[in-house]
Amino acid sequence: MNGYNFAYLDEQTKRMIRRALLKAVAIPGHQVPFGSREMPLPYGWGTGGIQVTASVLGADDTLKVIDQGADDTTNAVSIRRFFARTAGVATTTDTEQATIIQTRHRIPEKKLREDQIIVYQVPQPEPLFKLESSRAETRRMHALAEYGAMHVRLYEDITRFGQVAISYDYPVMVGGRFLMAPSPIPAFDNPKMHMMPALQLFGAGREKRIYAIPPYTEVRSLDFEDHPFRTTRAPHRCALCNADNSYLDEVVTDDRGGRMFVCSDTDHCETRQEAGHAGTGEALVREAPVGSAARGGGMKP
Amino acid sequence: MTDETLLSARDLSLHFGKIPALVGVDADLWPGEVLAVVGESGSGKTTLLNVLSGRMRADAGAVWYRDPARRLHDVHAMPAPALRALHRSDWGFVHQNPRDNLRMAVSAGGNVGERLMAAGNRHYGNIRAEAIDWLTQVEIDADRVDDMPRTFSGGMLQRLQIARTLVTHPRLVFMDEPTGGLDVSVQARLLDLIRSLVARLNIAVVLVTHDLAVARLLAHRIMVMQRGVVVETGLTDQVLDDPQHAYTQLLVSSVLQA
Amino acid sequence: MAYVAVKGGERAIDNAHAWLAEERRGDPSVPEVCVAQIGAQLGRAVDRVMAEGSLYDPELAAVAVKQSQGDLIEAAFLLRAYRTTLPRFGYSTPLDTAAMRVRRRVSAVYKDLPGGQVLGPTYDYTHRLLDFALAADGTPPPPAPRAEAEAATMPRVSDILRGEDLIEGDGPRETDREPTDLTREPLGFPASRDARLQALARGDEGFLLAMGYSTQRGWGGSHPFVGEVRLGEVAVEIVPPELGFAIDIGDVTLTECQMINQFKGSKTKPPQFTRGYGLVFGHAERKAMGMALVDRAMRHDEFGEEATAPAQNVEFILYHSDNIEGTGFVEHLKLPHYVDFQSELETIRRMRREAEVALHE
Repeated sequence: MNGYNFAYLDEQTKRMIRRALLKAVAIPGHQVPFGSREMPLPYGWGTGGIQVTASVLGADDTLKVIDQGADDTTNAVSIRRFFARTAGVATTTDTEQATIIQTRHRIPEKKLREDQIIVYQVPQPEPLFKLESSRAETRRMHALAEYGAMHVRLYEDITRFGQVAISYDYPVMVGGRFLMAPSPIPAFDNPKMHMMPALQLFGAGREKRIYAIPPYTEVRSLDFEDHPFRTTRAPHRCALCNADNSYLDEVVTDDRGGRMFVCSDTDHCETRQEAGHAGTGEALVREAPVGSAARGGGMKP
Repeated sequence: MTDETLLSARDLSLHFGKIPALVGVDADLWPGEVLAVVGESGSGKTTLLNVLSGRMRADAGAVWYRDPARRLHDVHAMPAPALRALHRSDWGFVHQNPRDNLRMAVSAGGNVGERLMAAGNRHYGNIRAEAIDWLTQVEIDADRVDDMPRTFSGGMLQRLQIARTLVTHPRLVFMDEPTGGLDVSVQARLLDLIRSLVARLNIAVVLVTHDLAVARLLAHRIMVMQRGVVVETGLTDQVLDDPQHAYTQLLVSSVLQA
Repeated sequence: MAYVAVKGGERAIDNAHAWLAEERRGDPSVPEVCVAQIGAQLGRAVDRVMAEGSLYDPELAAVAVKQSQGDLIEAAFLLRAYRTTLPRFGYSTPLDTAAMRVRRRVSAVYKDLPGGQVLGPTYDYTHRLLDFALAADGTPPPPAPRAEAEAATMPRVSDILRGEDLIEGDGPRETDREPTDLTREPLGFPASRDARLQALARGDEGFLLAMGYSTQRGWGGSHPFVGEVRLGEVAVEIVPPELGFAIDIGDVTLTECQMINQFKGSKTKPPQFTRGYGLVFGHAERKAMGMALVDRAMRHDEFGEEATAPAQNVEFILYHSDNIEGTGFVEHLKLPHYVDFQSELETIRRMRREAEVALHE
């Protein structure tokens, strides 16, 4: 695009961000402060992810952008367009084709490879922020690996509800050292982070933090031995591709309790449909009463 | 009692501007011993507690601590992570106001279990069982384990703080006026509890109090402080029954008159 | 019922933008407002956008006001997004506000003082009665009376008090380092005074007003007096490394507030008044004063004051004063959160199921 550098950011800024990324990769799960720039998109729309993507993007990369797992949500479209305009790179919706995937709130269903990078948009990089509002203090807690308070939170959930009641942005320990916010992905996606072959980069623009998980790094969701981490998905099959193990969106189809469950990962769903898988295409009626309903999909990590 | 001290301080000095808070203070504490530091407010006794526990630095002097492997550590030269780890495991600190230590939005069981979780215990059932055991030891009903501290009385809060502190079996506990701000009858019960727990578990305690009766009931030895100076030290009964220093005599006589 | 996944995000965005452009222009039978009109007649809006956009460019700020339909935070955002693409050449020497070409200068602490009280263009003593004449196409007002500027200098009130050593000084200039630039480096704690003042100068006027107001109502009280508020033009000088001496690169309009606060001292240390400082692009007295109150409140640790109020909490103030960050994070809640909400739905359903099963057992 005229008047702007490749991928919008000037080279000095990209170098600064790459230095932060290198540090982040060297200390997995540690939040590295960086000189986040004001972007032409609002804070909260993925300014951190965009800056990280812009800094690692090369002219021969193929970029995929998803929001809520879908390539066609407005914000994903807007960010993909931004890079198509400012960097002129190839874009794709095909997870397999992509060399860089920027995401908000999901990890693709397809297992990622060593030659891929996934960039997460992060609204709140501090996993301890609900327990301690001062960032000066949480920094100290990370430095001293004082994470007892986070386990107290899980303890309280089990005491009150009989189970951990965190559904998304479920805290993880990275490399056995740093407590990390995985960004607001559903807990369903947490196990995918563990020993992932792809490089995982996290950008929080407004909070001015970058962090990373190098390939093949241990990522454990916090739990107790007698209350192991478990994931939840809607106990249904995708109405379009019949998948029974993907994360599902619930679509309300009428005002009488009708709803339909479809894959949140649109590329995964379309690929399956093209391969001949087909769902019922039908909406479900109101959930059957308790007792007869299928039990929640308590998948082990 | 072995001849190896658990905690030793030598020649501690600290001034706040021109006000002396500590002047050449020496102190020794043996395993299982309760040492009371008494004096009026402003005598430097709370400052001494903070310096001994590494929470505050002195201008001069040193504090030595012997770990369970009998290695000596210069408390003020310890890296912050090591000192914090010590405070979470082998040491404890009981504040005058339990709200300064407890998490008021976390259940009693969660409060007691926190130090276990910080130490790496990852079995919910065991943590909870241990919490219940400790609540019972401090005379709180086991069925209060899931209750919030805000529903507890002042005396119960203080006992909950003690359970939270002792759950990791520390060998050394610092106590800052642990019975201050409580009714007399509640105080008596709490003192009894502290005395029996400390004796049974063989915990060494540095106890700061302005109340000589508390010192007499709990402490083996006593240090009397005035304007940052230790004016008299010795066995509790000896010091209180036969005070040598004029200031100690004044303190003892004012208690007798009251 | 057959279901087709929602598509067409791209077209929806294009259409939305087209609609927005139409709304921005409004009724085409009404003449279009021009940027020059905004600059000339909505000067306070332009000033606010320059201050919060932290870019001194009245013309671009006027464009931003037009482009944002008068949404000033949106306009400041436009200006900031442009600013971030500009190269950074350096930083100016300290501005000499004592040499300001003053249009307005009032002091609440001296009845009269060298240079005098200059009321200038102020709303302070207007009666807030709607001027219905403005609803009609007004004729231009008669020119305001003019007089020759007095040659006398107008020393800053803080310098007058300083002569008697009654007020704290500026403190030593830290010449061994560049001033902090929050647009290049992330905020760190403890935050230096220059970082704090920069954050406040870029901060939201409403936020600083509310926080400053709270200190007056006892939430971190500071007994303030307006030593002086002055408005006018100040020369900006930089020292290019290749020249090694200062050159004037132009003037900026600034509002400066020196707030005098309760004195500190002791029997042995002679007491002095303390200061809070506010400096803002353009004509922005409300913001400069709010900034000065908050600046002083945040300096509690220098004076051994106990920090109990929100305005004294440096981390709280600095993390929440920026309205571009604030509006982004608040408004991002409009973005889809289907996945998070779905995970909450599944969790709550699972918990309800298990609770009901437990109930029936």
